[in-house]
Amino acid sequence: MRVNDLRDILSLQVLTEGIPLDTEISGGYVSDLLSDVMANAKEGDIWITLQTHLNIVAVAAMKGIAGIIIVNGRRPDEETLKKASEEGIPLFSTRETAFVVAGKLYKALYAQEIQS
Amino acid sequence: MLKKYKADFHIHTCLSPCAELDMTPRRIIGRAMERSLDIIAITDHNAAENVFAANRIESSVTIIPGMEITTSEEAHVIALMPDIDSLMELRSIVKESMPAIITEKLAFEQVIVNENDEVEGFIKELLINATSLEAERVVKIIHQYGGIAIAAHVDRDVYSILTQLGFIPDDMDFDALEISFRTSHDEAETILQPYRRYPWIKSSDAHHLVDIGRCYTEFLIKEPTFEEIMLALQGKEGREVIWHG
Repeated sequence: MRVNDLRDILSLQVLTEGIPLDTEISGGYVSDLLSDVMANAKEGDIWITLQTHLNIVAVAAMKGIAGIIIVNGRRPDEETLKKASEEGIPLFSTRETAFVVAGKLYKALYAQEIQS
Repeated sequence: MLKKYKADFHIHTCLSPCAELDMTPRRIIGRAMERSLDIIAITDHNAAENVFAANRIESSVTIIPGMEITTSEEAHVIALMPDIDSLMELRSIVKESMPAIITEKLAFEQVIVNENDEVEGFIKELLINATSLEAERVVKIIHQYGGIAIAAHVDRDVYSILTQLGFIPDDMDFDALEISFRTSHDEAETILQPYRRYPWIKSSDAHHLVDIGRCYTEFLIKEPTFEEIMLALQGKEGREVIWHG
């Protein structure tokens, strides 16, 4: 599954324009502690968080995160968006909670495992 | 003539819901004198109402009015202010930036007292919540009112700027980083190696009377005042921060 597919499945609002959304997604990670994301997220993960601080972009770039979904309708400021565009990290926004987004993402990625 | 003064810049009173009720300004100052501290800061969570009582108590200990602010990222930042007026300006900004969650149960653990240990009232809004103010904004506001901004307990795995944000951004304008009693000098050298650009201090983060002064920082300054502390943190005019691990 690619980032682009996810945008449609979760009806995400794209916050960063002009970044290609064809990166392959390998999994997901949910955390609001950036130190924890640095320690435990994996390359190709979609990161679900409510943090909007500029540092989320730096952490995502460092870990090779495929994209960041910011939940609960929170909005990052201009500086965060600018940095994300520079680093090529797609940022998305949704009004839904981390629980709902993670559930949908898990289902989309591992539908077969759930059914079996 | 410069002298060494012992300082503990992170002490909660009974206004903080997590601190013991015995933490009245009078008892705190008494304990600070027993531990031969010269300067202490009163730093409650997102509030400062017990600073008035502390300020009215005659003693040899200098009181710096302060507050421990929770940023929107849930990192704790200590504000040390030059006077009570500037602190109360800061307090009103913090109050406006917090969700007004009224908790009758907790209210009785957020106690305002006077200088004689008598209960004056309670704060009903939950004080341990996060404000909607980003860390950068908190530092900026503290500076705007002439204060000192310190990243609290950066060695802890909760409510520390390092845990919440992974690393301290280059342009984050802290005046010092605070290290808790948990971490030795040698350990700090390892953890904080990338943050040599900031002065390091140790404070007790006291929630109980026995905690006060369990670690402290010595300042080589002319007299125990806010202005002299500021000079020491900036390394100006021969003033120094002497950190004991």
